[in-house]
Amino acid sequence: MDLHFGDSKPTDEEKAAVDALLGPPESSWEGADRSDADLRWARGGREARERRDLLLPGLHAINDRIGWISEGALDYLCRRLTVPPAEAYGVATFYAMFSVEPRPATVLHVCTDLACAAAGAPGLCAGIESRLGPGSGVSVERSPCLGLCERAPAALAVKAGDPVRTAVSAPATVEAAVLAASAPDSADEEPPAAMAVPQAGEPGLALLSRIGVVDPTSLDDYRAYGGYTALRRAFELGPAGVIREVTDSGLVGRGGAAFPTGRKWQATAEQPDHPHHLVCNADESEPGTFKDRVIMEGDPFALVEAMTIAAYATGAHKGYLYLRGEYPRALRRLEHAVAQARARGLLGDDVLGQGYAFDIEIRRGAGAYICGEETALFNSIEGYRGEPRSKPPFPVEKGLFGKPTVENNVETLVNVLPILTMGAPAYAAIGTGRSTGPKLFCVSGSVDRPGIYELPFGATLGDLLALAGVRDRLRAVLLGGAAGGFVRPDELEIPLTFEGTREAGTTLGSGVVMAFDDTVPLPRLLLRIAEFFRDESCGQCVPCRVGTVRQEEALHRIAERTGAAAAGDIALLREVGRAMRDASICGLGQTAWNAVESAIDRLGAYE
Amino acid sequence: MTVIPLGVPRRLLEFTIDGEPVRAPEGSTILDACRAAGKDVPTLCQGDTLTPKNACRVCVVEVEGARTLVPACSRKAEPGMEVKTDTERARHSRKIVLELLASSVDLSTTPQVAEWIKEYEAKPDRFGPDAARLNEEPKVDNELYVRDYDKCILCYKCVDACGDQWQNTFAISVAGRGFDARIAVEHDAPLTDSACVYCGNCIEVCPTGALSFKSEFDMRAAGTWDESAQTETTTVCAYCGVGCNLTLHVQDNEIVKVTSPHDNPVTHGNLCIKGRFGYQHVQNRD
Ligand SMILES: Cc1cc2nc3c(=O)[nH]c(=O)nc-3n(C[C@H](O)[C@H](O)[C@H](O)COP(=O)(O)O)c2cc1C
Ligand code: SF4
Ligand code: SF4
Ligand code: SF4
Ligand code: FES
Ligand code: FES
Repeated sequence: MDLHFGDSKPTDEEKAAVDALLGPPESSWEGADRSDADLRWARGGREARERRDLLLPGLHAINDRIGWISEGALDYLCRRLTVPPAEAYGVATFYAMFSVEPRPATVLHVCTDLACAAAGAPGLCAGIESRLGPGSGVSVERSPCLGLCERAPAALAVKAGDPVRTAVSAPATVEAAVLAASAPDSADEEPPAAMAVPQAGEPGLALLSRIGVVDPTSLDDYRAYGGYTALRRAFELGPAGVIREVTDSGLVGRGGAAFPTGRKWQATAEQPDHPHHLVCNADESEPGTFKDRVIMEGDPFALVEAMTIAAYATGAHKGYLYLRGEYPRALRRLEHAVAQARARGLLGDDVLGQGYAFDIEIRRGAGAYICGEETALFNSIEGYRGEPRSKPPFPVEKGLFGKPTVENNVETLVNVLPILTMGAPAYAAIGTGRSTGPKLFCVSGSVDRPGIYELPFGATLGDLLALAGVRDRLRAVLLGGAAGGFVRPDELEIPLTFEGTREAGTTLGSGVVMAFDDTVPLPRLLLRIAEFFRDESCGQCVPCRVGTVRQEEALHRIAERTGAAAAGDIALLREVGRAMRDASICGLGQTAWNAVESAIDRLGAYE
Repeated sequence: MTVIPLGVPRRLLEFTIDGEPVRAPEGSTILDACRAAGKDVPTLCQGDTLTPKNACRVCVVEVEGARTLVPACSRKAEPGMEVKTDTERARHSRKIVLELLASSVDLSTTPQVAEWIKEYEAKPDRFGPDAARLNEEPKVDNELYVRDYDKCILCYKCVDACGDQWQNTFAISVAGRGFDARIAVEHDAPLTDSACVYCGNCIEVCPTGALSFKSEFDMRAAGTWDESAQTETTTVCAYCGVGCNLTLHVQDNEIVKVTSPHDNPVTHGNLCIKGRFGYQHVQNRD
């Protein structure tokens, strides 16, 4: 590799931001001043290259401190890590939260996605923009779902500096959002995570039982409420025993793809290649999904414990927790929980005195829905563009850093705790034969009590909506998020199970249930979905990169039309959608057309 | 007695293509097997000297039991596979991919694509006159080659050729994402401010003419580029001891560009700046 660096130099501040992460450079090969010794030896080659995975944290360090990433700063980071600047530029421009153009230190992300749009985001944006015009020192950016849908409309302010400051305003008003942006330190405290759990404190909950009950910052409190009994049980059972329990429980992944967790663990555990890695997928960027955030904010030690168990079972000694970049409070809570667990011997070289070594590293995403796709996530951690890899090979064989990797969703992992404490048979008795256990649903939109609900699989959509207080004049329900599908108000009998939704021609996806009453303009909603996928496509493959654009264009054309006037474009949408589903590399392109298609077929949009 | 194998024995896999039994050495792609069986599968991002990124999706085929179509250029053949290369489903995806590409970029210098557009009855115009296009201006910022990304299909071949698959210079990558993704050097600078070493290997692999010799670009602009009037002569580069093969493309007694045979075991089509661009002295007649 012959690296070439231009002559742009970092400012002292930019250099300090990078050095705070990587330590000071040791030689001129890494960007320090030239010393005599540097003339006689070469350094920086392989050793530095092996730190390529620090590229994303490095970009965050610069962006957090300065607010954007200049040429000089990027080149300095590249020198430190022996990364070609062209590649680093490709990575920096991949993520929505980074800018390679100068911009104000404060960025206010205002959600314009489905729940927020229905709750008045367009007006909010206009109001904020008229108050925070140019020269206000705030850049207002329209954002996809911020994962705060139960408090729609939502806004997130990020003010660069040392340290970076963040503030959330939700439900946002123009005044509150402007205050959050101009003075994040004095903005109102966010409501506790339990406010997103209408059932908080109710008996009989398995996954949400501690939320609102324990102090999420206290390990002692966590232990007082049953924390770490599952890990003790895991050590009694041994790795194979844990996998057997998980397999027998019938647990399937809660991240959207519904793959049997026990099978995945088994397949990883038996790989001869080492080391094995564990990845917790906490990217949660599916519009309408916020369950993982609520768990991480309300019961962070549960995730730490569950990751420890998963790693133990699959033979991993290192776990990466990939957290979406727009979740500052979850980040703080988890950083704290990991540090506490480490300090108390629950992470580290000798977990619980059992001679088993495991530690967790938290990695922040930077605004890219596609990084939730399992292989894109690996690329993102490794310091490459978050583009999905083609499968096979599958992650259990070649995952993170090319090694066998088990990747699970936050909710999936947290289910392992009740599986071990109650035992597989008792767990499998919850729910239905093929969808076992409790399930979390993210309910938002036209309901009186939006939030996370825990129900055994098998409850109907109507049951859930009744719990959440669905409002009159329901027009449509979006199941499974933007990659899911719409159902009609007369289909509320659909059982909320994997097989039940499949039979009904729809999907549970990641557990999104968004209700829309008849005040919500359907064509606008569908356009927003199309726009989301067009924005979030990684751009790698043609059917998705261009197909999402052509679909959005067609939906624009028919936004005001129905019947025969729309028929030609609907046929076009179908043809493009079919190729996207069949020929795209990854799940994003394959599902991007689902929701719109279901709105046409089931809701009679454009009739 | 120890037996020392002289080569890696390659097992033959048996499977079917369009119902016909075929055998292919282990490790072959479906595309290799299709071509060996005389099947015509279109490809754009696949290249004979690179591991394809399988990004264009024009080579998709149907494999029994697979939920989606699979890219023939990258999927390895497996025993017992039932591959169908020409189903309505595969043809539909190819047609749409061709339409999507042709409606967004300029394919006028992409060999063969016009035939496929005809064969698959693709109608790129049906997305309407307002369909978004790349609309890039050619980047002419050095004397050796031109980057006309209005013709770029983002096949990643140039990225791979410049990066870890051949040249190890890493001067170019993909920047941005989605429809805004573009091939770029660092900070989207002019080529002259980048890490580029002008080996021209990216031009060698570019399937669309998005990357071309400045000589070719200028002649096309002047309307004097005429491939039918060109002769190709393969010779040995005289600059250094490596001994790369050069193919000189000559029109009207002038070298108009230099390529290198891909089947050469030493270079696989790669050259350095001297072999690729240093031909002026040959035709300096003053
Ligand atoms: C475009 C796309 C986005 C995804 N986003 C997420 C996500 O945010 N969180 C998640 O857990 N899984 C997400 N997934 C699913 C993951 O690829 C993967 O299936 C999952 O993390 C596996 O964990 P599980 O088996 O525990 O569900 C996404 C998939 C696709 C195709
Ligand atoms: S389907 Fe879309 S997101 Fe997935 S690889 Fe292709 S372009 Fe990227
Ligand atoms: S410039 Fe050519 S080789 Fe590079 S990605 Fe575009 S089409 Fe492919
Ligand atoms: S092309 Fe370059 S490396 Fe090859 S023989 Fe000529 S001068 Fe030497
Ligand atoms: S936070 Fe706005 S839609 Fe989810
Ligand atoms: S040739 Fe196979 S995907 Fe491009």
